[in-house]
Amino acid sequence: MTLKDIALLNLRRRKAKAAFVLAGLMIGVATMVALMSLAQTLTEEINHKLEKYGANILITPRSDQLQLNYGGLSLGGFSFETTEIKQADLGAIKDIKNAANVAAVGPMVLGKVTVKERAVLLAGVDWDSAQVLKPWWKIAGQRPGPQEIVPGAEAARLLGLGPGDRVSLAGRELTVSGVLAPTGSQDDQLLFASLAAAQELLHKPGLVSMVEVAALCKDCPVEDMVAQISKALPGAKVMAIQSVVKGRMQTLAHFRSFSLGVSLLVALLGGLVVLVTMMGSVKERTGEIGIFRAIGFRQGQVMRVVLTESFMLSLAAGLLGYLLGLLAGELALPLFSEGHGGHIIWDPALAGAAVLLAVAAGVVASLYPAWLASRLDPHEALRAL
Amino acid sequence: MSFLRAENLTKTYGRGEAAASALAGVSFTIAQGEFVAIMGPSGSGKSTLLSVLGALNTPDQGGYFVDDLDIYALSQDQRADFRREYLGFVFQSFNLVPYLSLAENVMLPLAIKKMSRAQRWELAGEALARVGLAGKERRLPSQVSGGEQERAAVARALVNQPPILLADEPTGNLDQATSRQIMDLLIRLGSEGMTIIMVTHSPECAAYAGRLLSMRDGSLAGSDPQAAAALAACAAAAAGSA
Ligand SMILES: Nc1ncnc2c1ncn2[C@@H]1O[C@H](COP(=O)(O)OP(=O)(O)OP(=O)(O)O)[C@@H](O)[C@H]1O
Ligand SMILES: [Mg+2]
Repeated sequence: MTLKDIALLNLRRRKAKAAFVLAGLMIGVATMVALMSLAQTLTEEINHKLEKYGANILITPRSDQLQLNYGGLSLGGFSFETTEIKQADLGAIKDIKNAANVAAVGPMVLGKVTVKERAVLLAGVDWDSAQVLKPWWKIAGQRPGPQEIVPGAEAARLLGLGPGDRVSLAGRELTVSGVLAPTGSQDDQLLFASLAAAQELLHKPGLVSMVEVAALCKDCPVEDMVAQISKALPGAKVMAIQSVVKGRMQTLAHFRSFSLGVSLLVALLGGLVVLVTMMGSVKERTGEIGIFRAIGFRQGQVMRVVLTESFMLSLAAGLLGYLLGLLAGELALPLFSEGHGGHIIWDPALAGAAVLLAVAAGVVASLYPAWLASRLDPHEALRAL
Repeated sequence: MSFLRAENLTKTYGRGEAAASALAGVSFTIAQGEFVAIMGPSGSGKSTLLSVLGALNTPDQGGYFVDDLDIYALSQDQRADFRREYLGFVFQSFNLVPYLSLAENVMLPLAIKKMSRAQRWELAGEALARVGLAGKERRLPSQVSGGEQERAAVARALVNQPPILLADEPTGNLDQATSRQIMDLLIRLGSEGMTIIMVTHSPECAAYAGRLLSMRDGSLAGSDPQAAAALAACAAAAAGSA
């Protein structure tokens, strides 16, 4: 029999007390694991969605002039006739190393036109890729055909256009096939046509002004994709849309810090359960500690018995709590997730963290009771017999 | 030659009005292998004296020496080591750890010594056999009688083969027959060279000892004629029954 055996035997033969501490810590760990793995899985899911929808890379012509800025564009500013990208060159994007991660490539041609004596920006768009790049776009009416246009909400209002109206533009008669619902972005100010129609109207056959790309960056950083596309299109300027990337990061960070905060709180509560129970246990075992001391146990050895106990308990609580938490997370996932048939992600780092946290909480919370036990005056302790 | 030396030990519990003097200047020497009984009325300081001799209770004044080692000049850990190497304890009340079996209780002093598991079991088994508890090694204290618990406590005190055995009323809760078994065991240990200091209320038990210290109000009574007479009568009775 060793000090470890004494601790083990005490746990084994005082099952109720041990079970109480075990349950306290275990529930704490399970809550933490369930929360963290849920957050992790949902984050992963959201991340996936964000990456699938919406452009995160912008390709623009390389230019010595002012940078072309679609977002902050002002009408009547600099001209777009400087340089353009050849549409045919875009095929090269299909050959980059991470081509499989490219969800959509959306070429767009831009140019100034005059409608009802007002200057308007006309954008030619590839409507198929727009579904992926701008999933929030809703058209009241139809997508524009070869002889049709779709005004943005603001443009429609200012120009007095509605579905079915006819409008003359660059010497052509075009029909308004639908109106883009308000997006709250610059898109509201534009007139949209199909890419080919706009190229013809603007006299830019085979040319595009910019290309938006949606890249799924689960296993490749967006910077890698940018570098690869840059190499494929030497004449163009490729950049990551930082605001999009940063926005995603922020969402993830919020999720993580919330579950981390709750986890720490729960760990603290688990620690309190251990503290209170161990304090009671030390008090209850005063006489026994007196015997240990009389027999010749050093203070450190008494402390070791108590700490070994809480170490073993919290280790078991950590392992069991982790499994319980995974199970709870798996069961709770359908309540939070839209993606059906999803599974909790098994993360060895989380498993390690859970066990480590349980052991740390259990042992730290027992330090004071263990210290008290070791400092008991042996003579007084024996009187408790 | 003195093995154990107490010099003017004093101990007062509490302060001010609540102060209770438990030891008021106690001095004596005990030679190796002596069997000493301490008697005296309740509250006279017997248990206090024993705890001081057990390096468990620091006296207010005076010195306590074993093998010329000044016990209360030692550090806490050194005193623990002294107890481990020199002392076996049997306390006033049953003092087994409730969640450990008899064998495990007896093994407690061995838990802090370097030896193999098998060796610990062997020594514990031998000690239990010596006190007549062979076959009950795996019982919990709650599963044996009071006398058996007390004998297990004696087994624990001797498993280490310590040079000194301190016993505080080892037979206080036992019937006469069981008391006699315990006393016979102590006599045998004494004859093997163990120094035994036993507190007892029973003159019959004190009669087994080679020497009697009488305590009264925290002091050693030089000679108590009444006690001496009682002791002599008991010794004669014990001799007759043996
Ligand atoms: N821890 C303590 N705190 C306060 N007073 C104490 C303490 N221990 C003992 N005393 C007091 O010291 C005196 C001696 O006590 P002690 O236990 O040594 O007596 P005793 O001779 O063993 O008595 P008994 O035969 O009843 O066991 C008593 O008056 C007792 O009340
Ligand atoms: Mg007493």
